[in-house]
Amino acid sequence: MLSSKADDFARKVRSCDTRGLARVLSMVENGHPLAHSILHSLYNPERSCLTIGITGPPGGGKSTLTDRLITYWRGNGNKVGVIAVDPSSPFSGGALLGDRIRMQDHASDPEVFIRSMGSRGHLGGVSGTTRDAIEVLAAASYDPVIVETIGVGQTEVEIASLADITLLVLVPGQGDEVQTMKAGIMEIGDIIVLNKADRPGIEQLEMSVSASFELIPDQAERPPVIRCSAQTGEGLDKLTDAIVSCAFSGTGRKATARKRTTLILGSIIREKGRELARKLVSDRYGSVEEAIESILEGKTTPYEIGEVLSGFLENKQENRE
Amino acid sequence: MDRKTRILIGKPGLDGHDRGAKYIARALRDAGMEVIYTGIRQTPEAIANAAIQEDVDFVGLSLLSGAHNHLFPEVARLLKEKGGSDIILFGGGVIPEEDIPGLNKAGFKTIFAPGTSAAEVVNFIEQEIQTR
Repeated sequence: MLSSKADDFARKVRSCDTRGLARVLSMVENGHPLAHSILHSLYNPERSCLTIGITGPPGGGKSTLTDRLITYWRGNGNKVGVIAVDPSSPFSGGALLGDRIRMQDHASDPEVFIRSMGSRGHLGGVSGTTRDAIEVLAAASYDPVIVETIGVGQTEVEIASLADITLLVLVPGQGDEVQTMKAGIMEIGDIIVLNKADRPGIEQLEMSVSASFELIPDQAERPPVIRCSAQTGEGLDKLTDAIVSCAFSGTGRKATARKRTTLILGSIIREKGRELARKLVSDRYGSVEEAIESILEGKTTPYEIGEVLSGFLENKQENRE
Repeated sequence: MDRKTRILIGKPGLDGHDRGAKYIARALRDAGMEVIYTGIRQTPEAIANAAIQEDVDFVGLSLLSGAHNHLFPEVARLLKEKGGSDIILFGGGVIPEEDIPGLNKAGFKTIFAPGTSAAEVVNFIEQEIQTR
């Protein structure tokens, strides 16, 4: 019964029924009981949809650049999907999702599907369900799917594992050379976009970015560094050329399918592991909050609870042997 | 399951006065809702498309130009046409009292007059979402 309902939703996604597709994305985001069955019937590891991640600091022009890329792929006749993630408030849980403002040219185009998502407490620069939303849009035959992250700092690098190609968007005037030497965000760009290239400081930015890649011995492995202005459109052709050549120089369909599957299974294991551990703690102490009370009353420690959980895993294994 | 209330705040037509819309958007955000703000000078078509794609529970329109009798019902009509007849509509801006019954008839649950507090709007949303 449940699965026939899920199949119904999956059919709506595949036939690209806009309302149905939007509903399924909400179900996935909200952790609806049917969400996993729907994703189960939609999942195709060897799907051909190209996923492009766009990341970089706040105000760097990510939305404007996304808008330009939509125009480019629409010009090629592609249906384009966009997932635009903005931060949720850690206090109220609310969010102001404003990335659509920069994509107004495509607001009435039925072949462009734009979905805004709040990060909902997830810390990697995307939301916890962005990964699944990509699969849904891919199943509805949007190709490419562009994922715009929240404005990131130095370590929100999750997008690199979700997207086939990651564009790191930098702008002049955001710190000295040492910033480009640090680990983290600078390491994830398959293509480095120096946006707002009409602004002062672009020379220094290009020099320090290029210098940071000089230590990569194989020149072919250094990411292309491309100047452009998303606002005026200057340099955009060079960027789209780089994306296209990067897309076709990849490690091949089979390898991508393996990488994607490894990633999705890995994060499902993490999520379910967390839920399972919470449930075990709740079973023993009533709830996680009550476990905290016990710790504060001096009856146990977080580490003892950790030991109990490890013990459970070992026992389970013994039982099976 | 963690269901968030999603609301689209839109400004149709040729009216750049977006202070009220932004004020309401912020207040709803602070009340824990996900607010999609589309920016100014939107066509009814663009607003209806966005509302469907974003799967919102509410669409709130703000207009101070006087074209509400034309633009508001048009958004309502397009939403219905695109399968979004369950989306709750509300409006605000500079809207003369005598126009309100007509807008109600066109599908707008309520029209907030100038001077409405943010808390009243939040209350409206919270009450409506209970009955959904």
